[in-house]
Amino acid sequence: MRPESESELAEIVAGLNEPVRVVGGGTRGVTGPDRMLSTEGLRGITLYEPGALTLVAQAGTPLAEIEAALDAEGQQLAFEPMDHRALLGSSGAPTIGGVVAANVSGPRRIQAGACRDFLLGVRFVDGQGQIVKNGGRVMKNVTGYDLVKLMAGSWGTLGVLTEVSLKVLPKPEASATLAIPAKDAATAVRILSEALKSPFEVTGAAYDPQQQRALIRIEGFAESVSYRTGRLQELLGQFGAVDPVEPSDALWQTIRDAVDFADTPGDVWRISVKPGDAPEIAARAEADRTLFDWGGGLIWALVPAGTDLRGRIGAFSGHATLVRAGADTLARLGRFQPEPQGIAALTQGIRQKFDPRGMFNAGLMG
Amino acid sequence: MDMPQPNPDVLARKANVLARLRQVLPEDAIIADPAETRAYECDALTAYKCAPMIAVLPSSTQEVSDILRICHDEGVPVVPRGAGTSLAGGALPTADCVILGVARMNEVLEVDYDNRFIRVQTGRTNLSVTGAVEEQDFFYAPDPSSQLACAIAGNIAMNSGGAHCLKYGVTTNNLLGVTMVLMDGRVVEIGGAHLDSGGLDLLGVICGSEGQLGVVTEATLRILRKPEGARPVLMGFDDNAVAGECVSDIIKSGILPVAIEFMDRLCIEACENFAHAGYPNCEALLIVEVEGSDAEIDSQLAKIVEIAKRHNPVELRESQSAEESARIWLGRKSAFGAMGQINDYMCLDGTIPVSALPDVLRRIGELSDKYGLPVGNVFHAGDGNMHPLILFDANKPGDLEKCEAFGAEILKLCVDAGGCLTGEHGVGIEKRDLMHHQYAPQDLEAQMAVKDVFDPKWLLNPAKVFPLDASAPRRVVPMAAE
Repeated sequence: MRPESESELAEIVAGLNEPVRVVGGGTRGVTGPDRMLSTEGLRGITLYEPGALTLVAQAGTPLAEIEAALDAEGQQLAFEPMDHRALLGSSGAPTIGGVVAANVSGPRRIQAGACRDFLLGVRFVDGQGQIVKNGGRVMKNVTGYDLVKLMAGSWGTLGVLTEVSLKVLPKPEASATLAIPAKDAATAVRILSEALKSPFEVTGAAYDPQQQRALIRIEGFAESVSYRTGRLQELLGQFGAVDPVEPSDALWQTIRDAVDFADTPGDVWRISVKPGDAPEIAARAEADRTLFDWGGGLIWALVPAGTDLRGRIGAFSGHATLVRAGADTLARLGRFQPEPQGIAALTQGIRQKFDPRGMFNAGLMG
Repeated sequence: MDMPQPNPDVLARKANVLARLRQVLPEDAIIADPAETRAYECDALTAYKCAPMIAVLPSSTQEVSDILRICHDEGVPVVPRGAGTSLAGGALPTADCVILGVARMNEVLEVDYDNRFIRVQTGRTNLSVTGAVEEQDFFYAPDPSSQLACAIAGNIAMNSGGAHCLKYGVTTNNLLGVTMVLMDGRVVEIGGAHLDSGGLDLLGVICGSEGQLGVVTEATLRILRKPEGARPVLMGFDDNAVAGECVSDIIKSGILPVAIEFMDRLCIEACENFAHAGYPNCEALLIVEVEGSDAEIDSQLAKIVEIAKRHNPVELRESQSAEESARIWLGRKSAFGAMGQINDYMCLDGTIPVSALPDVLRRIGELSDKYGLPVGNVFHAGDGNMHPLILFDANKPGDLEKCEAFGAEILKLCVDAGGCLTGEHGVGIEKRDLMHHQYAPQDLEAQMAVKDVFDPKWLLNPAKVFPLDASAPRRVVPMAAE
């Protein structure tokens, strides 16, 4: 099913009598019923005001189309949405609705915020076929409950997004990356933390254990980047040689997309933790390969297929999401971290209200 | 302004409720004498007053849980209260309610610079959160004008903003986790020192829910290192529309100022008479502030000045020192006090797309003539958050009602221009009945469905946010015997 308008979509949903899989470009590995409800027919940028830093688009608009429009005005989606295609070996064109539904955010998340922080408004069709709007297209809006945040990262389980409104930001004029040798994760997190505690506005802070180096990104106007790069070199000199890495942009794209994990055998997990806990959690994961982003707050981990990584880690403060695995492993372990009882009751209650018949991506989020 | 009739059944059981509260709280945490409950009769929206049945001042999450469990059992509405600085009536009691004030819970629980967060009890004031991390040159970014007095609990309830949102976001963008007590007394932990939710983003919907989903007792907040420095430039224009174009051009240039403040003629003159900040005699004034090292500030201000010059400013004053910066900000920061010197005023809080600024200001001017009430405009221009201040005389019969009708028309104008009723103050009771103008019935229904999940009996702050006619079927308080 591929409706061409919001009202057609609403009609289809109202008439559903069996569960569907809600998909945009189908690049992010959502599994579920064979019967698909695609948003790709809802397409186009409805409003773009560069002077107000605002863009509104239909949910099925290809991300590439939005990025091209923004690029022409020297602007961007500052939360750096990840492209899952390399990691998952998926094809198709990522849509803006999919970006929002999965709340995907890249390295700049630590400084600029997540997708949900840039989402100003949504329109969606709930499980009964009702068209609902929330938020709007202005940056400050506390009118009623913030269902906008609730819809970001709900993976289509509460409703089918039809339109999203986003805050955009200027694209930085320049970008630079510094590499500092780090023999282990604990050293690296100390280095990254030192950089993130500085006033020099670091927009990327990663650690690549394969190359044993901590990576720091600085962005902005060229002269400012050059100044801050110099200051960070002084500040981080205590940890060893601080060297620039070229080209900066390409490097962060491979970190954003976890490209090093593409075509590797095994399952890939994404763990969100307090940065200071990262070395210990990573050690407990006994992963074949790791990559640390967000100053240590995000760990990518590769483990043998079928491994219960959450079992290995044990109780911790944070959450582990199974990003790439076979269907049986996904079914057995669940994509998302099981929630404590009190929280699970609330999320199930909300899901029951928004999609009482369980039509959308049933079982995906527990 | 209508509020629901107090439930006589609840009022009749006051003694019973009190007796149960005394079992879980020390005597000095309970206020039930009508002479003393009056201290809680209103918040900063002082036009509306109603003393609560009882006020309680718990000191711990456990006490909050005990209070809520008892009130839940007894079917007593609870109105949570931070510091009582809401401009929207968010903490306005009803005569049959228990006011739950978190002011005694003001401890710092944990400061972690390496992981860049602070955990506090939510009765702590906004400014004292920054105060707790200043020694290491850190700060908590959201800075509502009431930051000296307002509590984090209220900031979370209203998703408070401030003047520096363009760069740092509002409360929801700086809130990492909460400990929250649900109406039935259950305690839940949501989020923490890590980023993003592993499931549905409950934190996102709790922030800004105006105390209707639960009582947040502890919060984990993101803290940031202070920039090396900050300096503003002041510019005056002869035309509101030109000032608006200048804002748009600055934003398009790629500079992201921390603040862009706008004032119109009435405000400029009032501030100048009040604070003598040396503001120019003109139609529109912009204060644009940027951050960084001295050299970075110089280069950004140079770019901004170059853009401003294209719009024929009547005044252009780049701050070169801390003293000059303070002088430029002095007038803006005293705007509300200055307006208060002229008359009583009502402060509105609509947001509009920045591009609609000239048109909306023109129409506000027309409405001002129609109602015969002067209005001054202060405006967070970077993010479109307007604060029209309508002047009226509270002692003149009919003036308040006229002012409210005028305010409602301005807010509808904001919605019709593509904006919203409230940018940072919240709906409370003030804008409750205007919600129909912004949202269709099914939009409100979806929001109320969330409250149904967190508070099925609709006992927490029940008569706020949603138009009374829309929430009426849900606000039928069940009998205590249930």
